[in-house]
Amino acid sequence: MALKTETMVLNMGPQHPSTHGVLRLELDIEGELILGVKPHIGYLHRCFEKHAEAMTYPQVIPYTDRLDYLAAMGNNFGYVTTVEKLLGIQIPERVEYIRVIMAELQRIASHLVAIATNGADIGALTPFLYLFRDREYILSLFEMTCGARMLYNYMWIGGLSHDIHPDFVRKTKEFIIHFRPTIVELNNLLTFNKIFIERTANIGILPVDTAINFGASGPVLRGSGLPFDVRKEDPYSIYNRFDFEIPTGKGLVGTVGDCWDRYYVRVLEMEQSLRIIEQAIDKIPEGDVHSAIPKRIKPPKGTVYSRVENPRGELGYFIISDGNLNPFRVKVRAPSFVNLELMGELCKGHLVADVIAILGSLDIVLGEIDR
Amino acid sequence: MKNPEEIFELLKTEFADVILGIDKETPTEPIIAVDPTQISKVGLFLRDNVALKFDSLMVLSGVDDANGTKVKDEDGTDMISGGTLSVYYHLHSTNLKHKITLKVSTPRENPQVESVYNVWRTSDWHEREAYDMFGIIFLNHPDLRRILMPYDWEAGYPLRKDYKNPEFYKGMKVPY
Amino acid sequence: MYQFLYDLIGNEILAGLLVAVVPLTIILVFALFGIWLERKVSAHMQDRLGPMRTGWHGWLQTVADLMKMLQKEDIIATDADKTLYNIAPVLVFTGSFAAYAVIPFSSKLLGSEVEIGLFYVLAISSLVVAGILMAGWSANNKYSLLGAMRAAAQIISYEIPTALIVLSMVMLTGTLSLDKISQMQTSSFWNWNIFGGAIFGLSKFLLIPFMIVGALIIFTSTLAEVNRVPFDIPEAESELVAGYFTEYCGMKWGMFMLAEYGNMFAVSAIIAILFFGGYQSPIGYLGNSIGAQWLVPFEQGFWFIAKGLTLVFVQMWLRWTLPRLRVDQLMTVCWKYLIPFAFINLIIIGIISLI
Repeated sequence: MALKTETMVLNMGPQHPSTHGVLRLELDIEGELILGVKPHIGYLHRCFEKHAEAMTYPQVIPYTDRLDYLAAMGNNFGYVTTVEKLLGIQIPERVEYIRVIMAELQRIASHLVAIATNGADIGALTPFLYLFRDREYILSLFEMTCGARMLYNYMWIGGLSHDIHPDFVRKTKEFIIHFRPTIVELNNLLTFNKIFIERTANIGILPVDTAINFGASGPVLRGSGLPFDVRKEDPYSIYNRFDFEIPTGKGLVGTVGDCWDRYYVRVLEMEQSLRIIEQAIDKIPEGDVHSAIPKRIKPPKGTVYSRVENPRGELGYFIISDGNLNPFRVKVRAPSFVNLELMGELCKGHLVADVIAILGSLDIVLGEIDR
Repeated sequence: MKNPEEIFELLKTEFADVILGIDKETPTEPIIAVDPTQISKVGLFLRDNVALKFDSLMVLSGVDDANGTKVKDEDGTDMISGGTLSVYYHLHSTNLKHKITLKVSTPRENPQVESVYNVWRTSDWHEREAYDMFGIIFLNHPDLRRILMPYDWEAGYPLRKDYKNPEFYKGMKVPY
Repeated sequence: MYQFLYDLIGNEILAGLLVAVVPLTIILVFALFGIWLERKVSAHMQDRLGPMRTGWHGWLQTVADLMKMLQKEDIIATDADKTLYNIAPVLVFTGSFAAYAVIPFSSKLLGSEVEIGLFYVLAISSLVVAGILMAGWSANNKYSLLGAMRAAAQIISYEIPTALIVLSMVMLTGTLSLDKISQMQTSSFWNWNIFGGAIFGLSKFLLIPFMIVGALIIFTSTLAEVNRVPFDIPEAESELVAGYFTEYCGMKWGMFMLAEYGNMFAVSAIIAILFFGGYQSPIGYLGNSIGAQWLVPFEQGFWFIAKGLTLVFVQMWLRWTLPRLRVDQLMTVCWKYLIPFAFINLIIIGIISLI
């Protein structure tokens, strides 16, 4: 006589220590085995796109900070380059160099958070504190420049809000010297730790074709082996002047495209960002960061879509202008919004504990998913 | 690597009356207009054709064109009647490195667009968001429900230009 | 110890009461100290300071937390099974506290002199499983249930390697009494069991590698018994919020915590007795050399607590360094690695002891 069995529906979130924000995951489980995952979002929806239609172009910039609050410089960068494309203005060289340095510093800071929380979810609680200690250096560099540690409103259309502090170059060089040994320590403590590898290798394997079809980008796509980086595909700002590599997942300790590969791509990208900063920090030309900022920003009628490489993936802004002071439509293509769709695909056949590992490796921020 | 005019010619020879034209004047990118109920076939062709290989849908955005006539509602606010809602598709090829923008427009009163869920899975949540924010129904989408607003939001589609906030939602006062 | 106190006081009932109360105070004081130690150890490992304001370097922090916990409102979920919900913390605490009855802190401080001390310890610490299952089920919460199921599977599986290593030590020493095992490892650290025990000849040197392997196996499996990282899946903070004690608040949660720290010290004590000489000093007794015989039990107590605390420190060190294992990996480690090695260890020790 067969027993009547039912699958259990377990609800993770909206309040949960490791869903990286207010995300609700509805798990359909049988014992410990996952049969299906359905993400529910919308808990952090703050109507960014509707607000953007009511404000002028420069007034939208602080709102873009709050989309992906862990990589605010990147959001600013994306919006500002999109509007500048529509306006068709030329930016001073000094502004370009400083923007690149700030974006790369922000990439390191954001990857530190991603790696630290990934480790903390798996149970390694100490690297979390070591990496946040190093992030404090970067945040104090930002604070020295524009007065804010997390949400900057720094990049303006046509320039920057403040020029860099006289001590900035020296302190950044000190940071670079200090940070390289930290990556070595991180590799010894976490990356090649046998238990960490057991928890993340061969989990959540993402084949390259599925990744492209689902629209994945950033470390998620590069972890599956495709060397696709917007900074090299569609070079924006002055990235084509710098020499850096694109790390991809090679399946060093498992299969290509598993959680460990995505994690290791982030570790390697921090090293590449240090290379870019080293190349740029000595070459900052003289100039005035406020000289090219237009008095009134009234772009001509038209549409533009432009994208930048945020730490989480490809951030795109689609702006339609109808010739007024306010944008007609601003649509944000958030990388985490697209990456989160992969949860349902990746979790099939794994255990409950793996859901956390997979979610940590996708590295989502609810601010930009819900906007 | 092809430029937008060549892609337009290729599409025109394949699908004669489905492709409605190309807009080359408005900055900053040329946009190809397509019939809304045939977009899935066009998408499949764009993805699988060897010379085009558009395997990545970068973004799918709904837009309220606000090109209808303004009428006054009972309580004196402006409503828009007539006109179109549009959906813009930005495609990109990881192999051949070219890009193209497509646009479909549907009437505001009964907006229906065919879904490209089976062509690019990226469109799954993007179409749900376009439905949630504009009310565009995507035919053949397996799970079309609201995504950012609460599942039982009755008061309309927020990103339309004539959207008004309701007074109460489940007993809570909405205006701030 | 009962005899010693009876001679001292002369009253049966009072002596009996003191015999029961002294281990209880030890476990409570140790829990207080242990929580503070954990917070300071973890803080210094993570490049920060930990509690600093309550008392000198924060040593009163646990007392402050205790006072706060006692004042908390006791919330019970409406659909929770009230009887089981209330009994579960008591059972878990009793299981870990009762083990202290047979642990000798020094040659004179021993709760109860039973001949089958080791067997009693293994049996009574299995009460904890029943308590955990009750806690997980009665809370009427899916997270608690998952945590309790995992905890039950883990604890029962890891009792087997523990029992196998204990069995090999019993075979070697020939007695189940913890007091006698400690007494056998007398006079210097070379006589400790991890270095082969107080025997002479070739077999002592042959035993050393297998003793070390045995100590490592029992350390790992007792780590799993007390649910510490890397085996803390039942209370995995980032997955199941708090596992089987999610729904407990206030003093009931305090009892679970007390039981956990008590358990930690109890298993460290047992490993210290079995392998590291129990309360024997490695370098001889000060009391003996200056002629004050009454000092010797106190020194023994000091050495015993020092050894126990060192092992507890190693447990805390591991907690803050390693990530945690997944449930099926945990089971693999136990059944595919620890148990075969423990069996082989047992057989080889048996063969060597015949030489």
